[in-house]
Amino acid sequence: MRTITALGRSGLEIFWFVLGCLRLFLDFLYWLVIGPLKGFRVRMHETARQAVRMGVNSIPIVFLVNFFVGVTLAVTVADILKIFGAVEYTASVMGVGFWRELSPLLTAIIMSGFAGASLAAEIGTMKVGEELMALEASALNPIRFLCVPRLLAVIVMVPIVTLLGNIFGIYGGYLVYYAMLDLSWAQFYDKMLDAMKVKDVWVGGMKSAIFGGIVGLVGLAQGLQVSGGAEGVGRATTNAVVYSIILIIVADCIITVALYIV
Amino acid sequence: MGAKGTSGVDRDSQFKKGDVIVRCRDVRMSYDGRPILKGVNLEVRKGETLVIMGGSGHGKSTMLRLMIGAEKPDSGTVELFGQEITKLSEQELYPIKKRFGVLFQSGALYNSMTVGENIALPLREHTDLDEKIISIIIKLKLELVGLRDFEHLVPSQLSGGMKKRVGLARAIALDPEIIFYDEPGAGLDPVMLAVIDELIMGLGEKLGVASIVVTHEMQSAFRIADRMVLMHGGLVLAEGTPEQIRTTTDPVVQQFIQGKAEGPIPLRLSSRDFAEDLLGG
Repeated sequence: MRTITALGRSGLEIFWFVLGCLRLFLDFLYWLVIGPLKGFRVRMHETARQAVRMGVNSIPIVFLVNFFVGVTLAVTVADILKIFGAVEYTASVMGVGFWRELSPLLTAIIMSGFAGASLAAEIGTMKVGEELMALEASALNPIRFLCVPRLLAVIVMVPIVTLLGNIFGIYGGYLVYYAMLDLSWAQFYDKMLDAMKVKDVWVGGMKSAIFGGIVGLVGLAQGLQVSGGAEGVGRATTNAVVYSIILIIVADCIITVALYIV
Repeated sequence: MGAKGTSGVDRDSQFKKGDVIVRCRDVRMSYDGRPILKGVNLEVRKGETLVIMGGSGHGKSTMLRLMIGAEKPDSGTVELFGQEITKLSEQELYPIKKRFGVLFQSGALYNSMTVGENIALPLREHTDLDEKIISIIIKLKLELVGLRDFEHLVPSQLSGGMKKRVGLARAIALDPEIIFYDEPGAGLDPVMLAVIDELIMGLGEKLGVASIVVTHEMQSAFRIADRMVLMHGGLVLAEGTPEQIRTTTDPVVQQFIQGKAEGPIPLRLSSRDFAEDLLGG
């Protein structure tokens, strides 16, 4: 009984939190679209700085993870396909798997740690240090000033980094392919394209943009609701990672089912 | 300094020395059902320094947050420059916010920016000034707080007292008409405290800035105040010049300004009887 109560409570907590994120997203849209019409410009310079901080700096780790998952997946799949004498179809699995699913998901999960946690810690520390109140007192809206550049940067950068993740992962798969079958890149590439649809590419891109939005919104919302000093910042950072991974996986499932089955 | 929007239009002409520029009437507020303010009335005139004293949890910081528009009261009115601010939307408040500065308890410097950028931020965001002029203003403001050489440091390289001084330089960047100080003395050594006091008094005398100082550093309070109020239990208990406050016979006021442990202000905040509580009653 106690477990059920606890489960219900954390479910409710996530529900309210998601509502809070949606409100933040509406604020974001306001300051992105309507704000500039009223003379409150979007801070593009800051957006670029944040894009470097969260996007460009994450490339090495995205490379490592996608590359090794690519190698592992290729070996695993090739092993099974060998039974059916269809090892060359490894290329198809790599293409479809990475574009549609693996790279968006893996990259988003990396970003929830790399960007989401650091957003929550950064904004949370600013809240605790009265910096947010100082911004408000000098007639600067913290959402416009801090959240819009960060969220914009993460929504733009996650798809770009995901695209690179595709390349790294598929290249990892190709190395296995080459070692086992001694086939050229051109042959691998043809097989891969045979199995892929244009839809796989745009679905992957769309997903990664949505995941980027989730990572950014969850990190920022957690940071904004910090209370209670350093301990609160620590809690927000943990929650940012946990909540964004949960929400990313749920969103992934919903999108995939909606677009490929329904 | 041509602030953008409506704020720059009639700012100097409207108020003369002695005019009331902050007026709070019957302000009430509670948190989670617990009343913090129970009908506070306050007035501040142009060019005067008002010190708000009071024990922790007696509503003085809440009063400050209400006056800077960070919170809204449950009832009552708060007027700044003759304009009721409690009903205004965030964006309607902006022109008013550009006319006051706030020095927060910790300084609240933006840690990702250098000292110079901290001071430049309100100038860059709210004025059309040229970068050359902004850099001159930064130097002027830093010279005023004695930290001209520190423009390129980041806040983590500064001591607590220096952070406060930079915070003050940032608060006066737009040449405000009112400056709010939240416990400017907290965590400072006596010399630094005296330096900050000198700055507060200097700004009032030289620039005609009104200062509202929330503090419980008694020595500094009596040094800088033109007028003082003592808040107790969510109400203004006493109000007057430093001399009037010093000579008042009210036992609560006397206990507070002399910092005595024994007196009418209770140490124990528990409502239940101690013996009853021990016996699990």
